[in-house]
Amino acid sequence: MKKLASNHKHTNPLLRKRLSKDRVFAGGVILFSAITISPIVLIIYKLISKGYKQINFDFFSKKAPDTYEAMVAVNSGEVIPGGILNGITGTLYMVFIASVMAIPVGLLIGIFLYEQKTKRYAGIVRDIVDILQGVPSIVLGLIAYFWVVKNITNGFSALAGSTALAIMMLPLIIRSTEETLKMIPDTVKEAGFALGVPYHKIILRVLIPSGFSGLATGILLAISRVIGETAPLMLTALGSMEVNFDMTKPTSAVPLLIWDFYNDPNMVDLIWSSSLFLMMIVLLLNLVSKQLIAKRS
Amino acid sequence: MNPTKIVLFLASLVVILITAGMVYSLTSGAIPVFREFGLGFITSAEWDPTEGREVYGALPFIAGTLLTSLIAIVLCFPLAFSTSLFIGEYYRDTKIASIAGTMVDMLAGIPSIVYGLWGFYVLRPLIVSFGWSAQGFSIFTAGVILAIMIIPYATSITTEIIKMVSNDLKEAAYSLGATRREVIFNVIIPNARSGIFTSFVLAFGRALGETMAVTMLIGNSNVIPKGIFQSGNTMASVIANQFGEADGLKLSALVAIGLLLFVITGIINGIGKLIIKKYSV
Repeated sequence: MKKLASNHKHTNPLLRKRLSKDRVFAGGVILFSAITISPIVLIIYKLISKGYKQINFDFFSKKAPDTYEAMVAVNSGEVIPGGILNGITGTLYMVFIASVMAIPVGLLIGIFLYEQKTKRYAGIVRDIVDILQGVPSIVLGLIAYFWVVKNITNGFSALAGSTALAIMMLPLIIRSTEETLKMIPDTVKEAGFALGVPYHKIILRVLIPSGFSGLATGILLAISRVIGETAPLMLTALGSMEVNFDMTKPTSAVPLLIWDFYNDPNMVDLIWSSSLFLMMIVLLLNLVSKQLIAKRS
Repeated sequence: MNPTKIVLFLASLVVILITAGMVYSLTSGAIPVFREFGLGFITSAEWDPTEGREVYGALPFIAGTLLTSLIAIVLCFPLAFSTSLFIGEYYRDTKIASIAGTMVDMLAGIPSIVYGLWGFYVLRPLIVSFGWSAQGFSIFTAGVILAIMIIPYATSITTEIIKMVSNDLKEAAYSLGATRREVIFNVIIPNARSGIFTSFVLAFGRALGETMAVTMLIGNSNVIPKGIFQSGNTMASVIANQFGEADGLKLSALVAIGLLLFVITGIINGIGKLIIKKYSV
């Protein structure tokens, strides 16, 4: 339709004006769209071109260097020794604890909302979940500081960091669980009831298996959301130069290490490789969850 | 009652307890500073943590938050809206639209601190070279990075809304000889108006609470910015910045800022949700 109109030579000046306006607008849309997607290209290019040199075996197997080691290496023009092992283990450890806290409860609440679809109380819970999802992560950091750092571990700790991350994950898991279950035909569930299957078995043997890929996608996306979080961890886990698996001790994480490197002129070269690594992990999680969705449909 | 239902019900209480506990902790943490300064805490522009003559006013940070987020939404609008038209109208259901959609989604996956680094090493020198700001740290710099960060949120919802506009309406307009631009302005936009508005309200809500990237670019000065190329601080960035050395009254002031941020983002998201509810029926 559009092609037909623009291929003709029109002599009517009003029509010509309308058509040229149309073309200018389309050009604008394409130009602005190109501007919109340019940052992602520029950011990835910057991370790869600056970061690939530092990525080697040591990067994954050694903990972060101290500032003196880094200074010596920088001054003699060598690659900075050490890696980000303490950050990787810290991130994995804290995200693991956060998942243990958030996934079971999140699934249960998601199932609850799905079962109670139209009830007034469920509506209130749904609104509260939405509020929780909108809370800025730094505020969750403050909360975890008061609850865990001040009252439970009496100091900055992995547990506090995990608590902040878990509260962030919770609403994401709840919503994705509810949305996934909504897509399962009611007849599947009813067939179970007709056979006299008890309610908890319907959940465990019917709902969860048939929605599995959707549930897994929701969980992966929730993890990918929190894995790059820095601000709440600054207020809770603080960071550490050592590999730490003690829940009650300060712990590092990849984003916290990036923040440390950024603030230390001697180690600033390490920010690119660490950022590249972090972004790759997030994109990989997103990719895997997209695959899961594609498989399902 | 069925035990399984009881377990599910108890789980739902967790979310209520967390949120109620959050409100309680933030409020009780904020009480000392409100007791000391009253509502002046919100209206005062003075922030001085010097021992002995401590004064805390949150106005510079409220101003900084609103300014950076407004700049972000103004810059984000033409970009995100055009991209939505590109994906959901001009090149709808084509390969190129799905590639563009994926790339926009990728923006949402980049951690805030990485945006901060990119802003610091790429965007900031650009601002300096334009001569807009001597160091490049400014409200505007933070606003630009925020704009990029909220683009994926605004784009994905707007695209969905644009795709939902019924084909019959569009075809009716085309059959009357309307150009595509005329269809967009006279059919798509009027029909999708409330949804588009909501998506930008929600994106604005996101911008309000962003912390790391803003902290790295805004310059961290505790005064009301005199212009958009001056340095400043947002509510989120001042918490991140000053939390390390905070206790006593200062900690309470930071918690009070956290409470304000919680309330403001809650209101913005609530407005967004209300509009969705009102128009989705």
